[in-house]
Amino acid sequence: MSRNRVLRVKNLSVRYQTQKGPVHAVNDVTFDVFENEVFGIAGESGCGKSTLIRSLMRLLPDSALVTASEITLSGQNLQSMPDKNFREEILWSKMSLVPQSAMNSLNPVYRVGHQVVEAIQAHRAISKAAARNRVAELFDVVGLQADLMDNYPHEFSGGMRQRAMIAMSLALDPGLIVMDEPTTGLDVLVQERILRRIREIRSQISSSIILITHDIAVIAEMSDRIGVMYGGSLMEQAPAIDLFESPCHPYTLGLKNAFPSIRNKGQELISIPGSPPTLIGESSECSFLERCPFKAEECSKEFPAIEKLAEFHEVRCFRHKEAPKLRELASNKATWLSSN
Amino acid sequence: MAILQLKKVSRHFEIKSGFVAKRFQGQPDRKIKAVEGVNFSLEQNEVVGIAGESGCGKSTTCMMIAGLLPPSSGEIIYDDKRIDQMGVEDLRWYRSQVQMIFQDPYESLNPRFRVFDTVAEGPRALKLYPETEIADRTEDMLKSVGLSLEKYADRYPHELSGGERQRVGIASALVMEPRMVIADEPLSMLDVSIRAGILDLLKDLAKQRHFSCIYVSHDLSILGHIADRLMIMYLGQAMEIGPTWDVIQNPQHPYTKALINAVPVPDPRVRRPVPEIKGDISRPIDPPPGCRFQSRCPHADQTCGENFITLQSTADAHHHAACHRLKEL
Repeated sequence: MSRNRVLRVKNLSVRYQTQKGPVHAVNDVTFDVFENEVFGIAGESGCGKSTLIRSLMRLLPDSALVTASEITLSGQNLQSMPDKNFREEILWSKMSLVPQSAMNSLNPVYRVGHQVVEAIQAHRAISKAAARNRVAELFDVVGLQADLMDNYPHEFSGGMRQRAMIAMSLALDPGLIVMDEPTTGLDVLVQERILRRIREIRSQISSSIILITHDIAVIAEMSDRIGVMYGGSLMEQAPAIDLFESPCHPYTLGLKNAFPSIRNKGQELISIPGSPPTLIGESSECSFLERCPFKAEECSKEFPAIEKLAEFHEVRCFRHKEAPKLRELASNKATWLSSN
Repeated sequence: MAILQLKKVSRHFEIKSGFVAKRFQGQPDRKIKAVEGVNFSLEQNEVVGIAGESGCGKSTTCMMIAGLLPPSSGEIIYDDKRIDQMGVEDLRWYRSQVQMIFQDPYESLNPRFRVFDTVAEGPRALKLYPETEIADRTEDMLKSVGLSLEKYADRYPHELSGGERQRVGIASALVMEPRMVIADEPLSMLDVSIRAGILDLLKDLAKQRHFSCIYVSHDLSILGHIADRLMIMYLGQAMEIGPTWDVIQNPQHPYTKALINAVPVPDPRVRRPVPEIKGDISRPIDPPPGCRFQSRCPHADQTCGENFITLQSTADAHHHAACHRLKEL
């Protein structure tokens, strides 16, 4: 399968220097995003998923040390680009962000439409009237009435604000839209409507989407491919159906057991004992070691390298060859209890 | 015998219009009808789930049951006593019988109290037992929520993870030996991988310690795992109540159907059906008479605007829904 690659990230790491030692917020992450696909990144709080995309968008504070061997967007090298050029040429026009808590990301003292017009005019030399026409078009795409343009954010409901932020991210036809928890905190009926709208938009335009969420059900519904992050590393990535039907990393197996489904009466939920690592200090062991019921001797000696199982299925686990056996063991609650 | 009964309980909040609005713009005072005519009962050792979207009145209902907010009308009866008419002394007794587990484990613990003192605080405040017994009970309680005394007793909340904090919250509620526990979204702030553990803990403790529980959540997938019965609320009105999986697998009310269809499923092969309902949830400020769901309901007719039909039994005697077109649909 040869598809056009939109984004390539290779060996990206983010470190913070703190009084307690270095914090490895993101650790050696490599992934690609192809044209017209949704790449989902799943993970719990503190796993580094937001830091990862903020480093791509250059939104991290100066104290963050970002290193990578390659970051390219549509063939353009982003690493060597000065901040000023990045802001003018890339941000919004080639890569846009729907931030986490997009509900609170609108400026309360400006009309919603004005804020979108402002973003358009900052990048394109077009008249205000033309920009407003564009905003009306965008509002229509996300399912807002065009006359709501002149309302203030407080006159919008949470779902409407979220849709306005999505409209803004579409304004300059970027090739890549990054959505950080776009539906967290919204009620299910509103969430369903927004996700349906995102899917419709995707079939109309040819943007790729990186969708970041902790909600396994949302990511299953939306993504073509999924990456699972834990403790700053991308532990497993695979096409959505492969990830759900033949997961290989013990953490993915555990997450699957822990997530309740309304279609599944009598399902036994199994939590993963322990809590996520602090990521402070240098460490050479697997970050899931402490909570893993399948740990082997080598796991504490070095961090497993990326193993390719199929063309798009990669996993970081020494025991990936035993996956079918582990899958069976992982569905038994006793397996997880015995590890601690 | 029911341990708790709510009879036509309503709670309204007034919004006073300012002088200018009233005098020059003719805007009268308005009323938020947060909860309207809710009837329900909680049996001994039963877990009832209350579900609904934000603004549906589920938290207001909990606060009234906990005795933190008096109802505007209706009766709340606990063990043959009306709690809405209780004096200070009786309320103090009632509050030892009913405990709450709060949503946010980061906000609901006093940052200056060590774990041990947080858990011991309740029995100390009500002088339930002598100090040595309080210490024993606290130790027992911490053990049964999975926190060892040596490791955790002297820690402060900031030294705990979210899951550990929620365990402390559960311990400090249950150390009072309540007969009824109200849990208001206790898992929503926790990570997926540890939710199941807390849910199991709550289920096991309910069995061991024989308390009844009202579990409030907007997450129907979680309620499916803990609740015996499920009540669905919409803008202050109870729309449907019945055994949990009957409601989930065979919803009767048009709103319940839409809500359950909209719950996302962790399976990439499943697509949620497009819901039939239209529009957005409004706010219960001076709502029109009749069913509050009528403006969004695909099956609404004239009768729906005339009066709200309260819960009535469906084909199954334990399963009730509040819709007058129940039989046709």
